[in-house]
Amino acid sequence: MVSVGQHENIEILSHSEVEEVAGFVGNFKIKVRRKARYVTEDLCTGCGLCQEKCPAKKILSEFDAGLGTRTAIYLPFAQAIPRIPVIDRDNCRYFEEGKCGICAKLCPRGAVDFEQEDEFVELEVGTILVTTGFDLFDCSRVSQYGYGTYDNVLSSLQLERLLDASGPTRGKIVTRDGREPESIAIVHCVGSRDKNYNRHCSRVCCMYSLKLAHLIKDATNAEVYEFYIDMRTGGKGYEEFYERLQEEGVIFVRGRPAEVVPHDGRLVVKAEDANLGRLLQVPVDMVILSAGLEPRRGAQDVAHVFGLSRSADGFFLERHPKLGPVETASNGVFIAGACQSPKDIPDTVAQAGAAAAAAMVMMDRGRVTLEPSVAQANVRLCSGCGECVVACPYSALQLVEGHVEVDETLCKGCGVCVGHCRSKAITLLHFTDEQLLAEMQGALRVLEVA
Amino acid sequence: MPEPKIVAYACTYCSYPGADLAGTLRIQYSPHVNIIRVLCSGRVSPELILRTFREGADGVLVLGCHYGDCHFVSGNHRTVKRVAVLRRILEYAGIEPERLRLEWVSASEGERFARIVDEFTETIRGLTPIEQVLA
Ligand SMILES: Cc1cc2nc3c(=O)[nH]c(=O)nc-3n(C[C@H](O)[C@H](O)[C@H](O)COP(=O)(O)OP(=O)(O)OC[C@H]3O[C@@H](n4cnc5c(N)ncnc54)[C@H](O)[C@@H]3O)c2cc1C
Ligand code: FES
Repeated sequence: MVSVGQHENIEILSHSEVEEVAGFVGNFKIKVRRKARYVTEDLCTGCGLCQEKCPAKKILSEFDAGLGTRTAIYLPFAQAIPRIPVIDRDNCRYFEEGKCGICAKLCPRGAVDFEQEDEFVELEVGTILVTTGFDLFDCSRVSQYGYGTYDNVLSSLQLERLLDASGPTRGKIVTRDGREPESIAIVHCVGSRDKNYNRHCSRVCCMYSLKLAHLIKDATNAEVYEFYIDMRTGGKGYEEFYERLQEEGVIFVRGRPAEVVPHDGRLVVKAEDANLGRLLQVPVDMVILSAGLEPRRGAQDVAHVFGLSRSADGFFLERHPKLGPVETASNGVFIAGACQSPKDIPDTVAQAGAAAAAAMVMMDRGRVTLEPSVAQANVRLCSGCGECVVACPYSALQLVEGHVEVDETLCKGCGVCVGHCRSKAITLLHFTDEQLLAEMQGALRVLEVA
Repeated sequence: MPEPKIVAYACTYCSYPGADLAGTLRIQYSPHVNIIRVLCSGRVSPELILRTFREGADGVLVLGCHYGDCHFVSGNHRTVKRVAVLRRILEYAGIEPERLRLEWVSASEGERFARIVDEFTETIRGLTPIEQVLA
């Protein structure tokens, strides 16, 4: 990330969102909202004094998944690039009560600016890569596991935070009341492979659960139980890792737990071991829920802005699963990572590399080849009803001064508009009415003879 | 009784390769069907279908990618609506709606293609030739 930040050809616009994309491949014009962070980027040196002195210290940290706290002026996480803090308006005393302003008074560079407003920048770009990632499933939706009710039911992400040497517990796995757990249950597929929430397999949970079990074994003497439906370990060296965990003494139980209940200050996981055909009640000190990966909230809006389609599960749709895995329905817009489907880091990196390369090939060539079969509008016949504009899957048609115009760079030649037009004002080149009629007549003549 | 004449409009991305696969697999299917390739089933306009009947087709098959799989994202969503309406219009005009059928055939469904074509041929065989209906 540091080297990306320092690269002369890369400009990072953090705390920003693309709001509009106009134009077409090679000539996109995008409008970016640079949200006010209330700190002037050019002045801030990232010294961190403001964060140290901010009196609002009890805000739950999003990065620590609610296990740690942060201040109102804060850096989202220690390694964030650029190293410039942001003020969280909703929790800042200055914005709440009009008093305080300690950070502004202390900043040696006068970088804090409470008057800052959102700004817009317009960029001209040739190609676009969308890598907006995933959202973690909200475990509290599965109420029978007690996430958010029982202190020691944690999400997998929370355990990741406990394991971080610079995290809220400095790398120690402890219960909320500070005990080292004697036994821990890891529950797979929470929010995945479940028709109540998401039917898809989140693909990374089996492996990260095994990783977590390994790290727990490394850091504590706890007994670890993994409750799984199927163990999915496809990937280089992954099955071997699973075998290693079996040797490390992790207890694997095939069966999705029915519920987690409190008992004597501990927790009991109730499940059926499907292999043994036996009901189990396993007392543990901590339950880790291996939450699934979901499409990001707002994926619909992002799809709309960039002209992407989404598959039934809500993730962005690639142009073709095999032949166009990083391309999309919008020429010049590429996707990579977990926004396309749940995947782990190696797969994300591979796909991102492919997407970047595909974008560079286009830019390097400097021109694009369009399909010859595109729609053509006949201004004189067009009644301006606009039906075709609505029907076009690619927003390639527009009503201009009461009649339709085709943007050939956006048109993919499906001909849906032709099928829709009542005035016969649109022709699809290479599939014109005359051509299809002649073909059809020929076809019938052949059948007649036969 | 003359054999039925059937025209099938098949999309380039799923159904046409599906038909191609039926051939590659050497599956026998009704010789009374002739296929016309369009880019997407959404290209098939109501007018084209009507003219196909006018020109003497006893049946018209529209074949597209499975719902949700259209290469052009939502092209076949339009086809569904259009064919449904057109079938009612045909009925209103005294032409059996069974003469027009929309089916999904993916590129890997050579057998399904052959089955649909055979079934459709049988259905059409049971109907009066279109020339007599339109006469
Ligand atoms: C608990 C857990 C443990 C895991 N452990 C492992 C592991 O050990 N090994 C492994 O290989 N994988 C692991 N994974 C999987 C790994 O997290 C993913 O493979 C990886 O994060 C996918 O990367 P990404 O860049 O596609 O998406 P993300 O990491 O989700 O990044 C997306 C980025 O886009 C930004 N963004 C989103 N929307 C917008 C927008 N509209 N505008 C601007 N920016 C936006 C987000 O802020 C975010 O920074 C784990 C996952 C979980 C949940
Ligand atoms: S491309 Fe096959 S139905 Fe649209």
